[in-house]
Amino acid sequence: MTSAVSQSTRKSPPATGRLDVRRIREDFPILDTKVNGRPLVYLDNAATAQKPRIVLEAMDRYYREQNANVHRGVHHLSVVATKAYEDARLRVQRFIGAECPQEIVFVRSATEAINLVAQSYGRPRLRAGDEIVISAMEHHSNIVPWQMLCGQTGAILRVAPIDDAGELMLDGYEALLGPRTRLVSLCYVSNALGTINPVGEAMELAHARGIPVMLDGAQAAPHLRLDVRALDCEFLAITGHKLFGPTGIGVLYGKRSLLEAMEPYQGGGDMIKSVTFEKTEYNDLPHKFEAGTPNIAGTIGLAAAIDYVERIGLEAVAAYEDGLLRRATEVLSAIPQVRIIGTARHKAAVVSFVVDCAHAHDVGTVLDLEGIAVRTGHHCAQPVMDRFGVPATARASMAFYNTMEEIDALADGVRKVVKMFG
Amino acid sequence: MMEDLHDLYQDLILDHNRRPRNKRLVIDADRKAEGYNPLCGDRVTVYVKVDGDRVVDVAFEGSGCAISTASASLMTESVKGKTLTEAKSLFRRFHGLITGEAEESRDGPGLGKLEVFSGVCKFPARVKCATLAWHTVNAALNDERDPVKTE
Repeated sequence: MTSAVSQSTRKSPPATGRLDVRRIREDFPILDTKVNGRPLVYLDNAATAQKPRIVLEAMDRYYREQNANVHRGVHHLSVVATKAYEDARLRVQRFIGAECPQEIVFVRSATEAINLVAQSYGRPRLRAGDEIVISAMEHHSNIVPWQMLCGQTGAILRVAPIDDAGELMLDGYEALLGPRTRLVSLCYVSNALGTINPVGEAMELAHARGIPVMLDGAQAAPHLRLDVRALDCEFLAITGHKLFGPTGIGVLYGKRSLLEAMEPYQGGGDMIKSVTFEKTEYNDLPHKFEAGTPNIAGTIGLAAAIDYVERIGLEAVAAYEDGLLRRATEVLSAIPQVRIIGTARHKAAVVSFVVDCAHAHDVGTVLDLEGIAVRTGHHCAQPVMDRFGVPATARASMAFYNTMEEIDALADGVRKVVKMFG
Repeated sequence: MMEDLHDLYQDLILDHNRRPRNKRLVIDADRKAEGYNPLCGDRVTVYVKVDGDRVVDVAFEGSGCAISTASASLMTESVKGKTLTEAKSLFRRFHGLITGEAEESRDGPGLGKLEVFSGVCKFPARVKCATLAWHTVNAALNDERDPVKTE
């Protein structure tokens, strides 16, 4: 039996520079859904992306034909499942350009990846008065684990400023890097603003001082090519469900030497070599960090999603999404009552906005009745909302299956909001 | 679809959103409570003045969506002049209306203008917007000190 990974490439979108969006949409069954009698316009991709059929089929096939526990037993299905699981790890390794599969740790989310680094890397190393640097545009998942770590160790959290456009202020960031800075953790792409951070420059500044850098790549992975060797980050967190894969699966990349030196995150089965009541010897990388039965189907779905995205080509995706972003920015800016929050020069296809006569939740409800799904609220980034002095925003976040017509439908919906509340 | 939209955003709600009544600070309030909806970040402070067992003034401050602003505004108009018992009963019946729960909780006198919120029960994501000010006034009437959270 071949692995789920190779099977999952049977049906593929065209690998051309220009996207055949009509054909791509056929790969996503949920996009045919009607909401309130209208065709679904799904513009909440930064919250979670929809799943192409090959992801659904790969996971279904696993449960129907391959299900067994991994790294246990000699029976046929266990061997098949283990191969599929480890093939998925190789697939992720190639996708992000890691040197070896030992650097790929499967976790349940980008959030868990960050928590793992905070607890396994940070907690034994940090002392009272040491410092961790993040930015003012982080998701709560890249704030709270560090606050918890600070509470445990007496370390101090420093926050690099952002400007009115939502760009990281590199001089302000550099000023925070000092002799006590032990780690920098930055988002590559901001979920609330869409800003693409100058992570290369930020990392150079940190590395020049011998400071390791963690990148939160959860929002970047669906839009940009991530190459950990080119980036030279020490740690990278990504999540499957924003990358057109299933929920409940994420990846921590870490440089091998660092992972080797770290204590396990959780204890249990699969992360051990031998256990007695006196002493336990931990397993090798990456299994040392994967206690318990993992989300096997999730890894298989993630591998299928990566196959899908690479077939389309992230370069083609970026070019197409840039067109969507420009259109969305243009049509929303043309509505006088709309203010776009986050106007960085380099942005992923995310437009956060407020309507001056209507609260974001009212915007969301009116759009929902038009079949348009956007996120409304603080986007798990309350400090970003505070920075811009708004309680909440509406956020349209695009993927390669969205169309210009859908962007225009969004603008029509926002005009209805203005008519009703203006 | 626009029918559904107008079921939710009835003219009275839009009017109270644009021109909220009793949206002011009451410096000499006898009781005060704060409400917070962590889901959307809406905050409301409700002030109550009581004379004997009668509510003689109710006001609110805060910012929120149209549903929560209009609900706070209409709440102040409805609760003002009621006895404490009547006000708490009104809260229970309003809550029943919004959540679409047991009819018996709505026994008693009609809800009058508050019926304008009957469309909210069709929008589960918005129920908390409509009930925030009511939970908060209820806490004020009960003299609870902890901030009210809708989560």
